[in-house]
Amino acid sequence: MWKRKDLLGLKELSIDEINMILDTAVPMKDIIKRTIKKVPTLRGRSMVTLFYEPSTRTRTSFEMAAKYLSADTSSLTVATSSVAKGETLIDTGRTIEVMGADVIVIRHESAGAPHLLAQSVVARVINAGDGMHEHPTQGLLDLFTMREKKGDLSNLKVAILGDILHSRVARSNIWGLTKFGAEVRVVGPSTLLPGEFKKMGVQVFHNVEEALRGVDVVNVLRLQKERQKKGLLPSLREYAKIFGLDQKRLSLAKPDALVMHPGPMNRGVEIMPDVYDSTQSVVDEQVTNGVAVRMAILYLLMGGGTGNEIIN
Amino acid sequence: MRLLIKGGRIIDPANNLDSIGDVLIVDGKIAEISENIEVQVNKTVDAEGMIVTPGLIDMHVHFREPGYEHKETIATGTRAAAAGGFTSVACMPNTNPINDNQAVCSLIKQKAKEEGVVKVFPIGAVTKGSQGEELAEIGELKEAGVVALSDDGKPISNGEIMRRALEYAQMFNLTIISHAEDLNLAVGGFMHEGYVSTVLGLRGIPSAAEETMVARDIILAELTGSPLHIAHLSTAGSVRMARDAKARGLMVTAEATPHHFTLTDEAVVGYHTATKVNPPLRSSSDRDAILAGLKDGTIDVIATDHAPHAREEKEVEYAYAPNGMVGLETAVPLVVSQLINQGILTWSEAIAKLTVNPARILGLPLGTLSIGSTADVTIIDPQQEAVVDTAKFQSMGKNSAFSGWKLQGWPICTIVDGQIVMQSGKILA
Ligand SMILES: [Zn+2]
Repeated sequence: MWKRKDLLGLKELSIDEINMILDTAVPMKDIIKRTIKKVPTLRGRSMVTLFYEPSTRTRTSFEMAAKYLSADTSSLTVATSSVAKGETLIDTGRTIEVMGADVIVIRHESAGAPHLLAQSVVARVINAGDGMHEHPTQGLLDLFTMREKKGDLSNLKVAILGDILHSRVARSNIWGLTKFGAEVRVVGPSTLLPGEFKKMGVQVFHNVEEALRGVDVVNVLRLQKERQKKGLLPSLREYAKIFGLDQKRLSLAKPDALVMHPGPMNRGVEIMPDVYDSTQSVVDEQVTNGVAVRMAILYLLMGGGTGNEIIN
Repeated sequence: MRLLIKGGRIIDPANNLDSIGDVLIVDGKIAEISENIEVQVNKTVDAEGMIVTPGLIDMHVHFREPGYEHKETIATGTRAAAAGGFTSVACMPNTNPINDNQAVCSLIKQKAKEEGVVKVFPIGAVTKGSQGEELAEIGELKEAGVVALSDDGKPISNGEIMRRALEYAQMFNLTIISHAEDLNLAVGGFMHEGYVSTVLGLRGIPSAAEETMVARDIILAELTGSPLHIAHLSTAGSVRMARDAKARGLMVTAEATPHHFTLTDEAVVGYHTATKVNPPLRSSSDRDAILAGLKDGTIDVIATDHAPHAREEKEVEYAYAPNGMVGLETAVPLVVSQLINQGILTWSEAIAKLTVNPARILGLPLGTLSIGSTADVTIIDPQQEAVVDTAKFQSMGKNSAFSGWKLQGWPICTIVDGQIVMQSGKILA
């Protein structure tokens, strides 16, 4: 049985809890593959997405997950104007709650915003990305994809490549993978990858070739173009040249290594088109798995069992 | 009017006094201190088992009036001070308008006289509007009664302005209190830069943001030969540089806050906005360095940087919360629990940092129990244990990271000019 009220990050989840989500996502994925993609499991329940940062992808993924389980959904995109008007996150959360939301999915530019919301409402809160902190559903879908393709997570060597410092995806991946005992290597320019990451149980590299040697998975992160203006990078051109994932660099990884990316991609910057189009890329699969994992989370948070009973 | 404090342990670092005895106050002045005083008095305070000290002085508070009375007023701020055992406070000029002129200074003094429970000494701005561009009318501010100068809340980024401020303020015997922060290095940061900020995903403020400015200000203090007081030291490097400056004979003094000597950046885990302060809570090695600096005298003063905010201002996302923590009502039990009971400081060393040292830096004839001096006295019960309950604070600000902490050693009586203004937590003025 799932005991936690909210899903805020992978750091605090146990291996058992992560396994429960991943195991539940397996039958969920079967539902997505059916012709009629709908089960009545969460009929009468409601999920509200509360996005302070635009992300059509993540929001749509949550909405489809809820709809496949017959939950009602609504979305609230909060423009900075309403924040300027003085409505606080707590006000907004309580308003949504009294409208009857069972689950609030929040995306916010500020780390810790989901924690503040979770403390302020009785409704369940799912963190859909908070600042540079965590993106647990992305982390879980990445784990699900790796487990599906490679089996046991504990033997994997995974390289995470890019702007590690600002990446909530990287942090959620690191917590999840290290819990299972996977070897995690993080690689990126020194301005985007402080040595503090070592204390999270990962190996830190500033040389892509060294980092990719012999890995089972390369998870490429999106590079925010503003980093250049903030003095963290000289140019995108130089970044692509030194850190972009091309076929030559990928060939240093195991021959069957997976290429992952949380999307949307800057083709020609952090990832070269030939790599994206190669058979090693599982980017599309990640998107599908994202829906399955989010179905599993919604199901577990709203009081579901193991998930096996709903396929029938 | 005669008040007799009987049988306490009297600690007056200014006079190297630490003995059990009685203190007699006559008409607002200290009249006699001896082992046993038997005279007719109007009132007697039984201080057996208690610590009797000169009235405590907090040289760094923010009272928010004028301009931000929803956060704190001089009336509520001085009540908080009295509750915390402080008889005098020096208030920073970052009000609205800024205390960079005689009118604001007079207003603060007037309010303090009419509504204040303890003594309030205004600190003037160094630059007009604390903008860091042009010197404020420092001579006029001195006339109006400021006891020091600071643009606290902001650094004086321009080194030339800081140099001239130090030179100019010297003519008026005013110390400049430096809020040391390189804004370029600190920009966008919400907490100490380190492992905890990495895990929490909150942008960090490196120790270097403070240390580069401490270094600059010490160099300018040397150039000008002027006194410099460094506010709220938070890093090991700052402590080291202050120690070195003192060893070289410069007139450099420094203060640390109870939250910096007690907490580390680990306190930010959970995103409790009460822990959002500037400078931020640092690493445990920084905290250890502050403890060492307190012990060896590098840090002269314990000051609270009392920074009240309205509840709704702090009940927001960590990034959006204003900096600051209230401190007046928890300072004494934190000093007792964290410094004295832990063997870091003796009672006398701790009391010096709360009395005679700030008085000297501000040029005040206070902070001592010398015969004939003003009868500002604080009595502390070193044994009393209590849980910090922010709902009971006199301050309008409830933004304390110590809420729920069980602490030992609370002030039980505050006497200003021979008048009891707080007894057993009740404000009597
Ligand atoms: Zn300051």
